[in-house]
Amino acid sequence: MVDDLQRAGSGQLDPTSLLPPAEPVHLLDPDGTLHEDPDHPVGLDDAALLELHRTMIITRRVDREAINLQRQGQLGVYASCLGQEAAQVASAWALQDEDWIFPSYRELGAAIVRDVDPADLLHLFRGTWLSDHDPYEHRFALLSIPIGTQALHATGFAMGARFDDNPIVTVVYFGDGGTSEGDPHEAMTFAGVMRAPVVFFVQNNQYAISVPLAKQTAAPTLAHKAIGYGLPGYRCDGNDPLATYAVTRRAVERARAGHGPALIEALTYRMEAHTTSDDPSRYRSDEELEAAALTDPIVRLRNHLRNRDLLDDATERRFEEEAAERAQAVRDAIYDAPHGDPLELFDHVYVAPRADLAAQRDELRAELARREDDDGGAA
Amino acid sequence: MTVTLAQAINRALTDAMAEDDRVLVFGEDVGRLGGVFRVTDGLQSRFGEQRCFDTPLAESGIIGTAIGLAIYGYRPVAEMQFDGFTYPAFEQLVSHLAKLRNRSRGTLTLPVTVRIPYGGGIGAVEHHSESPESYWVHTAGLTVVSPGTPDDGYAMVREAIASDDPVIVMEPKRRYWMKADIELPVTAPPAHEALVRREGTDVTIVCYGPMVRTALDAAEAAEEEGWSLEVLDLRSLSPMDTEAIVASVQRTGRAIVVHEAGRSLGLGAEVAARVQEAAFYHLEAPVLRATGFDTPYPPAKLEGYWLPDVDRILDLVERSLAY
Repeated sequence: MVDDLQRAGSGQLDPTSLLPPAEPVHLLDPDGTLHEDPDHPVGLDDAALLELHRTMIITRRVDREAINLQRQGQLGVYASCLGQEAAQVASAWALQDEDWIFPSYRELGAAIVRDVDPADLLHLFRGTWLSDHDPYEHRFALLSIPIGTQALHATGFAMGARFDDNPIVTVVYFGDGGTSEGDPHEAMTFAGVMRAPVVFFVQNNQYAISVPLAKQTAAPTLAHKAIGYGLPGYRCDGNDPLATYAVTRRAVERARAGHGPALIEALTYRMEAHTTSDDPSRYRSDEELEAAALTDPIVRLRNHLRNRDLLDDATERRFEEEAAERAQAVRDAIYDAPHGDPLELFDHVYVAPRADLAAQRDELRAELARREDDDGGAA
Repeated sequence: MTVTLAQAINRALTDAMAEDDRVLVFGEDVGRLGGVFRVTDGLQSRFGEQRCFDTPLAESGIIGTAIGLAIYGYRPVAEMQFDGFTYPAFEQLVSHLAKLRNRSRGTLTLPVTVRIPYGGGIGAVEHHSESPESYWVHTAGLTVVSPGTPDDGYAMVREAIASDDPVIVMEPKRRYWMKADIELPVTAPPAHEALVRREGTDVTIVCYGPMVRTALDAAEAAEEEGWSLEVLDLRSLSPMDTEAIVASVQRTGRAIVVHEAGRSLGLGAEVAARVQEAAFYHLEAPVLRATGFDTPYPPAKLEGYWLPDVDRILDLVERSLAY
């Protein structure tokens, strides 16, 4: 590896091993037929496949609930992951518990794998607070809104793990649009040079709000970008949970073994609007959406499990019921959730207490008292 | 023992790294070269390439990875090579380094120190002489300090590294070679306390960083005119020691703020606002500002016309006293 680094930039490294395969890795057909590939073993037992399916169903149901909550005025905005359940759930599934996930703002599926209460994330979209889960407890960083910026946090964290001889890996999620930003570029540059155990997981959902991939890049594929950083570029059918799992697993374990970072492009499709504020009818057709629906990740795994008699009606019903319960719990936590104490705004800005902020806090406290008096007087 | 500001900061980094193996120093050319100003000289050979390392030439990358390292549990000390090259890192500094603790409701702690050599007066080419401190001071979540003496260089860098909050250390690069006769390690009052560097009775000169020396020179020259200037070194720009400013103005009745940064919305505006809020009836004259102009930083051969100096300060002293 040291040899590789010394030869980097000299033109002596063989670049072909870094190139993505001609076709994305694909193991599961829409009808559920599995094509095994010795280069990409899945290695999940039947129980794990059912768990994967269950988690995707829960993700879709909670995602739908969040959209409903937004429609009812309970969330200011929401960015749905409909159609991207396999890309998120199956990739997060490929990690060890100690590995860290650095999400963008659309990673509900990955959060559910990490047992983050979705309601804690939805507070960001409701506006009650900016986050409400403990990243250390779940090894799941805060949702990151500025596009691609979290790639550097994942890289720095992975550098720290490497310095510490701690065998953990970080995975950072960003999108096709994110690959145009500067920070993922700098992150992959750093990760390559530092041999940081980080996997850059690009969900290519075809659109950055309204801008299609063709207007985002002139690269042959997004996975080809990896070669510029000395990273291998992998490509998988992101609506194929088994291919996504196998490819991610391989990249993660390769990083854990000290062979450095990698870039994965998972081809998927954003079935919903960019966010609930968006109107996709202005930039894509019904026909396109109908075609994309045929590649649905959940239907695909369901077909596979059904074909193999691993999923009966009762189990399916149980999954649906559980998903409905989880959605209801999110609804209960979010619906009309009160905002917090306005004085808390001052509590977390600094560790060290500051006199100027304490004075401003007192100003707000006095304002609140006056308002209360005014309200009392009116009543 | 004669110590320059650069040597004092170098010693602060050395001592902090020796005391705590979670302290990492990184940036562009800080390793083998020892930094373009030699402030990190010898750190890599003493502590190894894992604790003091050169990064790729990418400022956002430096701050962004510092954030990741801090979340992991390290105490990163990141160097921005020059003031004018901090802007690629603006988003990481403003949207994440400053805000992650608040965003996480206090769960994340980011003990990151960002060192930025800043200011003019060294005849440098464009982008190497800027004073961007107002950007950081305006950003909630950042602490911003600027040493004006070698002993403060040592003490403030130690304090910044020890702090659990992100701290920007604005290092006055034209004073890197300024000497003091001190024994390191030195201790100093905490950075949030402004210090009276010279007592006076007629006008308070509020200054920081590179302008501390200039203000002291002005006070010396003013004596010949029979004017007694009090020189107040702010030291910390955020938080700002309002109490010390007000106490001094209450004694003198007059204040002039001096900084290299352009005038509009510079620190002087904030000082003036605080003084008139807290000491209105003590004022004998409006608060005046000896600053750079609201133009881009000038080419090197013209910087002498642009930078505040002893004459500009004394002109304002005269104006202040004429009220």
